[in-house]
Amino acid sequence: MAKIQVTDLDLWYSDFQALKKINLAIEQKHITAIIGPSGCGKSTLLRVFNRMNDLVEGIKMQGKVLIDDENILDPTTDLVHLRKKVGMVFQRPNPFPLSIYDNLVFGLKVHGTKRNLEPFVERSLKAVFLWEELKDRLNRSALGLTLEQRQRLCIARLIAVKPDILLMDEPCSALDPQSTAGIEELMRELKKDFTIVIVTHNMQQAARVSDDTGFMLLGELVEFNKTEIIFTKPHDSRTEGYITGRYG
Amino acid sequence: MQRHFDEDLKKLNVNIMKMASLTEEAIQKATQALKDRDASLAKAIIEEDRRIDEMELLIEEEAIDLLARMQPMASDLRFITTGMKINSELERIADLAVNIAQRALEIASMPLLKPLIDIPKLSALASSMVRSSIDAFVNHDEALARKVILSDSEADSLKDLIQKELINDYMIKDSKTVDRAVPLLLVARHLERICDHATNIAEDIIYMVQAKIVKHHPEKLKENNVI
Repeated sequence: MAKIQVTDLDLWYSDFQALKKINLAIEQKHITAIIGPSGCGKSTLLRVFNRMNDLVEGIKMQGKVLIDDENILDPTTDLVHLRKKVGMVFQRPNPFPLSIYDNLVFGLKVHGTKRNLEPFVERSLKAVFLWEELKDRLNRSALGLTLEQRQRLCIARLIAVKPDILLMDEPCSALDPQSTAGIEELMRELKKDFTIVIVTHNMQQAARVSDDTGFMLLGELVEFNKTEIIFTKPHDSRTEGYITGRYG
Repeated sequence: MQRHFDEDLKKLNVNIMKMASLTEEAIQKATQALKDRDASLAKAIIEEDRRIDEMELLIEEEAIDLLARMQPMASDLRFITTGMKINSELERIADLAVNIAQRALEIASMPLLKPLIDIPKLSALASSMVRSSIDAFVNHDEALARKVILSDSEADSLKDLIQKELINDYMIKDSKTVDRAVPLLLVARHLERICDHATNIAEDIIYMVQAKIVKHHPEKLKENNVI
């Protein structure tokens, strides 16, 4: 069974249809990349998975998005629970202006964990390979970290609340190539425990890091397949045009 | 930084080594079949070639996948492109082993023309050149690759010797021996071609390790304004 199953998903921002009849199955513990030119709807699709679009005025959705067989578009969905289960990493690392320690326990406190928090902090930092670097300065401000460390910290902050799915919206676009390589290596480690969906306009990154890739264009999911097929023998001429740089 | 990409490269490396060991085994068995006039062994080699062909396709697909997905640069790029070339060379070598097996089948039912001495010697040289070229690939050993290239003239001399003996001592003296001598003549040619392919592999390895092209003697081609 797919971790995320999208069936006939349409989405409108007022009169503008941003997603058109999307059908897609995202496998558990895979890295799935969504690529496509700016404005194609890839970030909108990603934000559907933890209902981040809900705050946009005039938004309307139709269709089904099942996560572990539950339709998250159902009005009765508990959004706090959903966003705990489906965490998001953003383009620019956005740690809170608090200490490293407080960043990591913030989510736990929101979700009511009062027990000894130290083990959570250690486990989360170890998962993103920051523990050795930061264990002696947990009380320093998170804003003093490098961009890559900040992005790792943001991922650790998500992991602390034990999500199943990590959504990543251009997680490396603010980083230099070295830090990007570091985050990509981390993603490949994290997929042992998490299902990851990444939106990127960096095709090479999608090629390097993902198991499955979807190509979107003008709100449509043109093609979805194993990454090696998308990048060596895509079936749709529009995908071919995009990945070879002839189009878009 | 430890890269996941290194694991992919290691996997490609392991598959090329597997392909090489299947190929080397095919050369040895083909010569054995010829020497022992063993038709069933010869048939088995022809049958086994399908596995080598499948392996070639698998390696090619893996290499293309890595080129498309990982955008390899510098030594990574040279490793993958060299791996692809070696893959083709090995497949050609295995085809030549099949050719030898076919010749073994042809003469299996005929009386022995002569005890085979130089052909097994050439076969041993061919196997050792293939093995050394793969060792050079695995260990990035440029010196060993150069040794393989130098062995090629030995293979050429041995082939000439076999050829001369078969023509002068048998075919010219007694035309009735032609149907048994020609397959042996061809075997010598197949073995010498195997040595040429091993030499190609060795040349590719020098490119991989040193980023220097040694095939076709580029310095001479430049001197003569060919390139």
